[in-house]
Amino acid sequence: MPAVSKGDGMRGLAVFISDIRNCKSKEAEIKRINKELANIRSKFKGDKALDGYSKKKYVCKLLFIFLLGHDIDFGHMEAVNLLSSNKYTEKQIGYLFISVLVNSNSELIRLINNAIKNDLSSRNPTFMCLALHCIANVGSREMAEAFASEIPRILVAGDTMDSVKQSAALCLLRLYKTSPDLVLMGEWTSRVVHLLNDQHMGVVTAAISLITCLSQKNPDEFKTCVSLAVSRLSRIVSSASTDLQDYTYYFVPAPWLSCKLLRLLQCYPPPEDGAVKGRLVECLETILNKAQEPPKSKKVQHSNAKNAILFEAISLIIHYDSEPNLLVRACNQLGQFLQHRETNLRYLALESMCTLASSEFSHEAVKTHIETVINALKTERDVSVRQRAADLLYAMCDRSNAKQIVAEMLSYLETADYSIREEMVLKVAILAEKYAVDYSWYVDTILNLIRIAGDYVSEEVWYRVIQIVINRDDVQGYAAKTVFEALQAPACHENMVKVGGYILGEFGNLIAGDPRSSPLVQFNLLHSKFHLCSVPTRALLLSAYIKFINLFPETKATIQEVLRCDSQIRNSDVELQQRAVEYLKLSSIASTDVLATVLEEMPPFPERESSILAKLKKKKGPGAVSVTELEDSKRESGELNGAGERGPDPSVMAASNASTPSPSADLLGIRSAAPVSNAPASAGSLLVDVFSEAGPAASSGAVNDDGFLRFVCKNNGVLFENQLLQIGIKSEYRQNLGRMYLFYGNKTSVQFASFTTTVSCPGELQSHLNVQSKPVEPLVEGGAQIQQVLNIECLTDFSDAPLLNIKFRYGGALQNLTLKLPVTINKFFQPTEMASQDFFQRWKQLSQPQQEAQKIFKANHSMDTEVIKAKLLGLGMALLDNVDPNPENYVCAGVIQTKSQQVGCLLRLEPNAQAQMYRLTLRCSKDSVSKRLCELLAQQF
Amino acid sequence: MIGGLFIYNHKGEVLISRVYRDDIGYVLLQQTCGKSSRFLGNSCYLGVNMRNAVDAFRVNVIHARQQVRSPVTNIARTSFFHVKRSNIWLAAVTKQNVNAAMVFEFLYKMCDVMTAYFGKISEENIKNNFVLIYELLDEILDFGYPQNSETGALKTFITQQGIKGQHQTKEEQSQITSQVTGQIGWRREGIKYRRNELFLDVLESVNLLMSPQGQVLSAHVSGRVVMKSYLSGMPECKFGMNDKIVIDKQGKGGASDDAGKSGKQSIAIDDCTFHQCVRLSKFDSERSISFIPPDGEYELMRYRTTKDIILPFRVIPLVREVGRTKLEVKVVIKSNFKPSLLAQKIEVRIPTPLNTSGVQVICMKGKAKYKASENAIVWKIKRMAGMKESQISAEIELLPTNDKKKWARPPISMNFEVPFAPSGLKVRYLKVFESKLNYSDHDVIKWVRYIGRSGIYETRC
Repeated sequence: MPAVSKGDGMRGLAVFISDIRNCKSKEAEIKRINKELANIRSKFKGDKALDGYSKKKYVCKLLFIFLLGHDIDFGHMEAVNLLSSNKYTEKQIGYLFISVLVNSNSELIRLINNAIKNDLSSRNPTFMCLALHCIANVGSREMAEAFASEIPRILVAGDTMDSVKQSAALCLLRLYKTSPDLVLMGEWTSRVVHLLNDQHMGVVTAAISLITCLSQKNPDEFKTCVSLAVSRLSRIVSSASTDLQDYTYYFVPAPWLSCKLLRLLQCYPPPEDGAVKGRLVECLETILNKAQEPPKSKKVQHSNAKNAILFEAISLIIHYDSEPNLLVRACNQLGQFLQHRETNLRYLALESMCTLASSEFSHEAVKTHIETVINALKTERDVSVRQRAADLLYAMCDRSNAKQIVAEMLSYLETADYSIREEMVLKVAILAEKYAVDYSWYVDTILNLIRIAGDYVSEEVWYRVIQIVINRDDVQGYAAKTVFEALQAPACHENMVKVGGYILGEFGNLIAGDPRSSPLVQFNLLHSKFHLCSVPTRALLLSAYIKFINLFPETKATIQEVLRCDSQIRNSDVELQQRAVEYLKLSSIASTDVLATVLEEMPPFPERESSILAKLKKKKGPGAVSVTELEDSKRESGELNGAGERGPDPSVMAASNASTPSPSADLLGIRSAAPVSNAPASAGSLLVDVFSEAGPAASSGAVNDDGFLRFVCKNNGVLFENQLLQIGIKSEYRQNLGRMYLFYGNKTSVQFASFTTTVSCPGELQSHLNVQSKPVEPLVEGGAQIQQVLNIECLTDFSDAPLLNIKFRYGGALQNLTLKLPVTINKFFQPTEMASQDFFQRWKQLSQPQQEAQKIFKANHSMDTEVIKAKLLGLGMALLDNVDPNPENYVCAGVIQTKSQQVGCLLRLEPNAQAQMYRLTLRCSKDSVSKRLCELLAQQF
Repeated sequence: MIGGLFIYNHKGEVLISRVYRDDIGYVLLQQTCGKSSRFLGNSCYLGVNMRNAVDAFRVNVIHARQQVRSPVTNIARTSFFHVKRSNIWLAAVTKQNVNAAMVFEFLYKMCDVMTAYFGKISEENIKNNFVLIYELLDEILDFGYPQNSETGALKTFITQQGIKGQHQTKEEQSQITSQVTGQIGWRREGIKYRRNELFLDVLESVNLLMSPQGQVLSAHVSGRVVMKSYLSGMPECKFGMNDKIVIDKQGKGGASDDAGKSGKQSIAIDDCTFHQCVRLSKFDSERSISFIPPDGEYELMRYRTTKDIILPFRVIPLVREVGRTKLEVKVVIKSNFKPSLLAQKIEVRIPTPLNTSGVQVICMKGKAKYKASENAIVWKIKRMAGMKESQISAEIELLPTNDKKKWARPPISMNFEVPFAPSGLKVRYLKVFESKLNYSDHDVIKWVRYIGRSGIYETRC
């Protein structure tokens, strides 16, 4: 852009600005501005013609005033006039004003667009650039509508100047970002891609931004850019530092373009063409080689540019994840940076290494840097770098170095920053669990964790310890001992008390043999913490006490005494009071046998995704790479808690059901299993799980007879519901066709895997009814609902119902469910209105004995007229008034539509209120229909 | 109680900062430093605290994007009370639930004290006198509680003379102590004047909001009685005015019937406050105002009336919009008081629309000018007698704008000064008794003056 020459400077503007700057107070400034505004208004008054210079000057002043934060509501017209000036400076100011101040004002927009159009079609490159900049700066939808079709033409036209092409590319990018639907590349695609071959580096740099954005949206269309980008990259990389003249930045050839090219390549998988791939690998190797070369300049800009390319290349290598050689080289390069004195470099190196660690090729290479990383964690000054170091340690952890890493992280935790403590705690907990070879180590680690950073140990962490201790017989004794020792510390964290209470309540007997930890000592130790704890912990401790009564009858008197004291039994907290009262009663009334059954050891927890992992995932957001990687290796930990599962004892479950379903941490209903603890449905879901896992065998038959019958007279509702799944139905029928929507709702917070449904027509039903269904998604997320559509065609009358079979995997166990679909013959009824005479005439016509079906039955429901009417209407027949001489009776008529035939049906229902009986008579033109209808209806009233 | 007091210049730089309590700024600090400061706890040293409170006010009030109009600002549960004197901001800061009126009273008093010591409150004066100001602040506020702020008393022991000049004898020192700590802290003993003189000014400002049709929407007078006394010894004064309650009481007692004779006699005072020298117990029981006056100038009482106000001027506006680009304004003012009296410094301010591009004004009396910087036509008349009328007419040209916002038509405001009290207050007597010295009430020369000024005197158009 040509600089404004001195002679062209606007003196009035300079004076005005210096006046404003010299104002002593805000009031003075406002006064000065008001004066100026009045002056400009009088100048802009219609009767005088202003020359371009003064127009420009005043528009500039207005702009300045606007930028100071005052409203400008005039002068737009003058600014638009400036657009049509032939002087660059005037046009520039006009465009500046427009792009800063324009709003979607209809009349002006048209004028502005016109001016822009003129400039775009002019041959003057500076004017074209100004217009393009204005479009990009405003970037509104209106602008996009007006010019989206024109700019690509300018961009690819052969005779456009390079500078205009650059502006056009960037302008198009901006429009594409604001309203992608309006920018249609279509025919231009290949020509835009070929801009990568342009002679002018500036054009390539501008075009590549556009191409990267476009190819992220529709990669297929721009596939051809890969080979072009590779060749362009290789030309840049191999060029000497002086070849590119203007585009060499501190001895680095075209660093911005290189970075952008590498970033573009990251949108695509590795090129399939061997030659291209070879060339690309060569480029990447060259880049890595160059990093080893001594710097050509000591300036920081030189190293920044070089490193920018290097990091971008490394992320491309990581993206491809297919070249072991390159991956290891990248890792080594990053290893060098780990010790660099530049903090930013160390940060970036740690961050990139985190992603490298997840690649199988480079995992080992990353591991070699463990000492440096641990050192970084301890000595880094910058907290964000320490955070990255912690992330990397987490990512590089595997069975071989788990003990070392966990120990280091634990020791660091004592001095860690508060902001990352919680995350660190979660990470330590996960690593400890995942790579635990020996459970005593695991228990030690977690207890240590609670001791060091109790405040930051979330519920999930200590839930998990308990789950694991319960599921593993071999650590229980050790856990009890360790917990007992940990509790002896004068001040221990509440979470420790929780774990202690739970574990001693369950397994206190395992250490009771030692006189130093005799039952009474255990109890006294726990109770000494009682008063310092919050309500949920106290509740948990009360439960532990009642378990003690079972484990050690000798403590009964002491514990009863405690429960009986006023502070428990009259506690102001309802939960505590209830527990105290109930446990006291339970301990005094129930016999030892009952007590033993009720308070038996907890059954093992079902295996599922670690709740801690879920929490960490939630915390990190979906972007975290290293975490997803962990999930795969989750199977390793299967042995940790999958083994040694015993059948659940029904009596325990009964007992646990009877206990108050408290939302607080409950000994009997610990809800740690739910991975996302804030999902409302998950509270207490553990108990449900235990049931459902025992359940599937029983539920394999068609279990919903009752549900099925409910749908005879209605089309929508809930077909089936258990603790896991809810199936809703919505259906509509017309003539002999029907459509049914099935809604499968996952009531748990855990995903259902391999979810399949099949609809079958058993036996001869196949020839009577035609049911088509679309397959459903195999995965149902926790809490989600999926929909399935069934199309039903009635070929001829039928009496059976189609069966719906649902199979899915929940928490490892296969669930199988078969349901009768509520498709009954009456769904295909067409109501028929008829007069009394007609009815009796037809009634008489259908007088053959097999055409009639009659049933006398007792009323199951109240004999309310409205209810009966509603049911009959729901049946699908027309309810006829004034037909039967007895007004108490109900008379209906309808035609069943099937593909092959139509069946006329007449119905008469005679209630007897005194006897609470009904007599139902059906006459149909087909005998099987009468019988089936009669069966169906008899159970409805 | 006041936690701290800051004085800023217009740039928001702190000229004076005095912190009385540590609590201010703590929350502000938390706000700025984020979570981690929770762990710093009370170890945050005072300097950090203060800085934050100081900055919070600067950022949120002085440099606020929108002009802050409320005198009380709450930032992070800390209250800032400010008053502005020309380009100087005085801000009192507190975290407690204080009596806001007390804080403002204090701030005004503080301004008075500073003016009495070094004249106009300006950045330069404050910079030149900062030691003195700190000394004053130490004296008039203690742990955030306001103390003696009587200029006369302060001047006896906070002086601007050098150490040598300040050298006082033990006797003098003990005299100051006994005075400051004594029952009558506002007057020292042994004052002697050759001529016992007394000046009494009744200063009133009349506020009005009137509808275009001439209906009074709200009106009140806030008045002050300012005295300047040069009396010897420890005189006992008694001040009487035509307060309705007193007059009625006397009327009932049958002592005098001159209440009925001279037209509008008594005024109903809505509320009043007195200088600390007035014996409130006597006022409560007898409604008589008796006091031992301080020496020099002071404000004896402040009052407010809302009934039977004499409105000195009536403004009759007439605004006509002629098309989109022209506006015709005609304003008539009528003076409404005795023809023998002269109103002075009359100024009528007629607001103009924001898109005014030109103004033509014709007025018969005075001078009128369009002031673009204030978006108003200002019409000035030097003098005007009672029961007169004058008018101005203006043609305003407008520039067509693209937004359809209608002009809000702000009210026409007016300024003036009249030589009577618009509330109708009359001083009935001011008696001086001095039993120990040999002068009587008659020997004292007394001067009484009434000045009525406009407060916010607006008429909608």
